Amino acid sequence: MTALGALIRRDIRIALRIGGGALIGVLFFLTVVVLMPFAVGPDLALLTRLGPAILWLGALLASLLTLDRLFTADHEDGSLDLIIMSRTPLELACAAKALAHWLAAGLPLVIATPVLGLLLNLDATATGAVALTLLAGTPALTFIGMIGAALAVTMSRGGLLLAVLVLPLSIPVLIFGVAASQAAIVGPLPFGAPFSILCALSLVSFVIGPFAAATSLRNGLD
Amino acid sequence: MSLIDLANPTRFLALAARLSPWLALVTVVLLAAGLYLSALAPDDYQQGATVKIMFIHVPNAWLSMFVWGVMSIASLGTLVWRHPLADVAAKAAAPIGASFTFLALLTGSLWGRPMWGTYWEWDARLTSVLILFLMYLGLMALWRAVEDPTRAARAAAVLTLVGALNLPIIKFSVDWWNTLHQPASVMRMGGPALDKAFLIPLLVMAVGFTFLFVTLHVAAMRNEILRRRVRSLQMMQARAYQGSAPSGGATSQAVGAA
Repeated sequence: MTALGALIRRDIRIALRIGGGALIGVLFFLTVVVLMPFAVGPDLALLTRLGPAILWLGALLASLLTLDRLFTADHEDGSLDLIIMSRTPLELACAAKALAHWLAAGLPLVIATPVLGLLLNLDATATGAVALTLLAGTPALTFIGMIGAALAVTMSRGGLLLAVLVLPLSIPVLIFGVAASQAAIVGPLPFGAPFSILCALSLVSFVIGPFAAATSLRNGLD
Repeated sequence: MSLIDLANPTRFLALAARLSPWLALVTVVLLAAGLYLSALAPDDYQQGATVKIMFIHVPNAWLSMFVWGVMSIASLGTLVWRHPLADVAAKAAAPIGASFTFLALLTGSLWGRPMWGTYWEWDARLTSVLILFLMYLGLMALWRAVEDPTRAARAAAVLTLVGALNLPIIKFSVDWWNTLHQPASVMRMGGPALDKAFLIPLLVMAVGFTFLFVTLHVAAMRNEILRRRVRSLQMMQARAYQGSAPSGGATSQAVGAA
């Protein structure tokens, strides 16, 4: 338990210090959202309607962008080999690393959402709904993305491949995240149904992600 | 002859060489019979002659999913039993599956033009088949990204199994997304309510296409084994050329070493 705690603390510290680059994800999120009005026009009504979709797409792309940091740095300096050889089960170590990555790179996206909601002319309810769905959904993006990161860590040009492999798998999260936000803002549907499916997707990814990532790390690095 | 005996690629090659002509013959006979029966099938009272696209479209769509299933079983063989032919089977199946998926999309869109008035409709089935197609392409990109075939095999096996777990979830969410945005579906073909005049040609075509897959798959596996042998021979040659430690000539690859 202390080993996992130490791993989480270490990863968060590395991510937040100089050279860590976790907060670049938030900057990227902001840039994507700022780019949108240039593409669709400064029509506030249209931006309100598209707002949840824009925020979700931005968060999806931003979390994808930071994913290759998950294992690459540790692979380069050799600490990944130590983690694999240590007595802590690799599945738990993977889960701890993903949790640390989400705390350093995923949670800031959720915190930034209210500010970006202002830019897109979303009211308080809509912003709250999007932030809440992102809070429930981004862990799934991190834990599914971890599988792709573990596959890509041993390859050159792994980054682009990572995106191609992970994006189709994250379609369900996107569908239910946007659907739950829309349900809270306008939709005839109750908020609860898509939101609970979104939570279920996150829970499933907590199970699948660490096992698949550990398997591919063990097989890829020997 | 059990699965363990087939672990020897030479024995597999011999068996494949004996089976291939018969498989090809069965495929040709079944497809010819299927096409003849489809031509005889009556026109639909609503869709006219375009209903006959179904006899090509449905078998392709069925195989697009069946091939992923075959690859998942092969991936289990790679990860659990380390069966040396399993990764050959998985690698050979991926491009064939992608082709069937592409043909399902193409025929679906050609069918959609007269029926829905558009080549592409964000219909739930079309959309989930499109995502399946993207996943096939991603898998093939992964196979091409790693040079060492055994390591590529294990990476692809993990991705195939994760995909197999995720495909039902994706299918379910696309269905849900589609009903949310499009309450009245345009697709009105009832599966079990299909008339016998359509059902029999469809079944014959489906079995024929399945045999087509088996034939192509066996041929692609033979090619893959031969390709790996050529690769390991080339590597041995390169090593001998360098003059450094040519004694360890046999590579560690199970397939290449046979």
